[in-house]
Amino acid sequence: MDPERDFSELPEPGEPGSPRVGVDEWVAQADQLEERPTGIAGVLHRVGEVVTPPLRLALFVAFAATLPLWLSTGDLFNYGIFVLLYVLLGLGLNVVVGFAGLLDLGYVAFFGFGAYFYALLSSEHYGIHWPAIVTVPLVVVSTACLGLLLGIPSRRLLGDYLAIVTLFFGQAFVVFVNATDPVVAGKGLTGGPNGIADIDPLSFFGFDVTTRTQQYYVLLVAAVLVLVALHFISESRTGRSLRSLREDPLAAGAVGIPVNRLKLLAFAIGSGIAGLTGCIFGTVLTAVTAGNFDIPILITIYAVVILGGFGSLSGVVVGATVITVSFQFLAPENPQSNARLLFYTVIVLVLALLVRSWWRLALVLAVTVALGLSVHAIVEAVAPSWTGGAVVEGGRFADAIGNWVLIPQEHANFGNFAYVTLVVAVLVLTQIRPSRRIFALPFVAYLAAVVWETSFVLQPAVARWILFGALLVVLMNVRPQGLLGTSRVEIV
Amino acid sequence: MSGDPAPLLELRRVTKSFGGLRSVDELDLDVREGEIVSLIGPNGAGKTTVFNLVTGIYTPDEGAIRLDGRDIAGLPPHKISQLGIARTFQTLRLFLNMTVKENVMAAAYGHTKAGVLRSVLRTPGMRREEREIERLAEERLAFFGDRLVGYRWEQPAYSLSYANRRRLEIARATAAKPKLLLLDEPAAGMNPVETHEMTELIGRLREEGGYTILVIEHDMHVVEGISDRVIALDHGEKIAEGTFDEVATDAGVVEAYLGSAGAERK
Repeated sequence: MDPERDFSELPEPGEPGSPRVGVDEWVAQADQLEERPTGIAGVLHRVGEVVTPPLRLALFVAFAATLPLWLSTGDLFNYGIFVLLYVLLGLGLNVVVGFAGLLDLGYVAFFGFGAYFYALLSSEHYGIHWPAIVTVPLVVVSTACLGLLLGIPSRRLLGDYLAIVTLFFGQAFVVFVNATDPVVAGKGLTGGPNGIADIDPLSFFGFDVTTRTQQYYVLLVAAVLVLVALHFISESRTGRSLRSLREDPLAAGAVGIPVNRLKLLAFAIGSGIAGLTGCIFGTVLTAVTAGNFDIPILITIYAVVILGGFGSLSGVVVGATVITVSFQFLAPENPQSNARLLFYTVIVLVLALLVRSWWRLALVLAVTVALGLSVHAIVEAVAPSWTGGAVVEGGRFADAIGNWVLIPQEHANFGNFAYVTLVVAVLVLTQIRPSRRIFALPFVAYLAAVVWETSFVLQPAVARWILFGALLVVLMNVRPQGLLGTSRVEIV
Repeated sequence: MSGDPAPLLELRRVTKSFGGLRSVDELDLDVREGEIVSLIGPNGAGKTTVFNLVTGIYTPDEGAIRLDGRDIAGLPPHKISQLGIARTFQTLRLFLNMTVKENVMAAAYGHTKAGVLRSVLRTPGMRREEREIERLAEERLAFFGDRLVGYRWEQPAYSLSYANRRRLEIARATAAKPKLLLLDEPAAGMNPVETHEMTELIGRLREEGGYTILVIEHDMHVVEGISDRVIALDHGEKIAEGTFDEVATDAGVVEAYLGSAGAERK
């Protein structure tokens, strides 16, 4: 640079004639320049712009409140109550992981602690029957304190180290609860593997919460209160500082935010919510055992938060709904027609997300259908035994599927081979050029349908996890920030 | 600066070693109220370490650091920030996934009070405080003219250009209401026009904001344009101190920058 250059000759920025360097005007027009998402993603995007948080909450409450009117008691338990339980658990985890960015893998232990502590104070176990109006606040505060207690030694740990310590804590809880041997020691503190049974129902001012509908409404009230409270916290000084410590703890400290104290606060709020959920969970099941608070539940809660998007409150509600409902649809004891419906919906959704233009999507779907029909017709003419199998569980939709998908009569390993081929086909699909991908989509979609009808339908317990994993993988590729998340995720 | 008023920031024989390396070696440094002091020196001279010591990210091995006569060595960073020292970072450290306005609002934490309970209940006091924080943030951002106002408030910080990120860091630092502002290479990576603008901006920060400023800068035009006093560091030791002209022509400083051969040629 020329050392003699006099910068005072230059016009001031903003004056006429000043260089427009750095006044990146295209950023000013970013809204107009932004590529509008098309297809399904576009519709969702526009809906999201119109629906503000209060309206979202109102819609959610309006919908959730009518649920007991048109769901059977069993369905209300399986869908309504469990969705709300996962909403609450997801909201608590979201404070720790989503707001404050602390990877807490022991979260489910606080849920368990809440449930067990409530059970000890309100059941036949010790013959203590404190009223819920005393027990619930006591349990929530104690669980929050336990969160603090775990937080104090962990607050200097970052990332992976924190994850390992908290994971250990979670496992230690399960081992501790299971440790009593009922044969030797009687029921002990926790009842060991038998857990604690006959937990008192929640009761407020002499009113017992016993029926499923009542329990559902108690959960709904709790979920709405927690949602509103967390929304207000998120929009406050505390929420901002929690997020800033997630973004950059060092910078947060440098602008006056007491980083360690806020980490403890996040732990305490998150565990308190988990403790509250534990109380309600115990009364809903009327019994608690250690298996209810083990790794699979932790994974599911994380899936709820990841699917919805870290840091997003409505994301938790969406994530909990999607995951609980799809898990129930895929449950072995439920009719396969539900699972089938879910499967084909997911296939169409995935295609819609990948194709992102209405007429192309229609084309891909038409080609897929035509492909199936012609493959089926050709095979039937050449080798009838390959199409002679029956569709599991009839119905009009299933019958139509039977005329479209290859279901061999014998050929026992066909399903397994088809599954392996599908995995390879999906891998190939991710490797070919995006512009050519659309041509491969109908084949892969059809293959997936074949695998479903010949293999997964027969083993729902395995299929639910495979489908669930596939769902998360697809989501993480299409929207790494989660359905309603806003954080930018760097993909390297 | 007549007489000898007690300095706002005072470092006495401050030493910090990493392993066997003395990064800062018995450093004495004063910044008086209302001054703009530049800290210069080759890469690795210990300039940023001085900032990290003053802001509490490191604790000095020996020596005293005083702000307004109060010893702050060893206090945690947020305490020091609340006592009146704010800083920017050489490698930008913004809250990238928060909006521009939130970045600045977050820095008001130290001088605001509303706790969790009041936030949940949205008490009138809490809402008043929120409005004040918001107004403070808007005012601090408006300091940069049309660079960081209007539609940018609600944009995430990661959408900003490099120069605007530097400006946002300064806005965030000022929102902590400091007495002393530490700027770590505010003009790094900026083009000549932006550098010129930054030079004026640092002057305005003192005139209009009333901040005392300690700045690390490599761009000698900026250093010349802003400094009341320049301090040169090399190997963690102070090698020169004085006006820009005195320090720029100091043989030791030239040697530190160019090596002894360069000094001879001069």
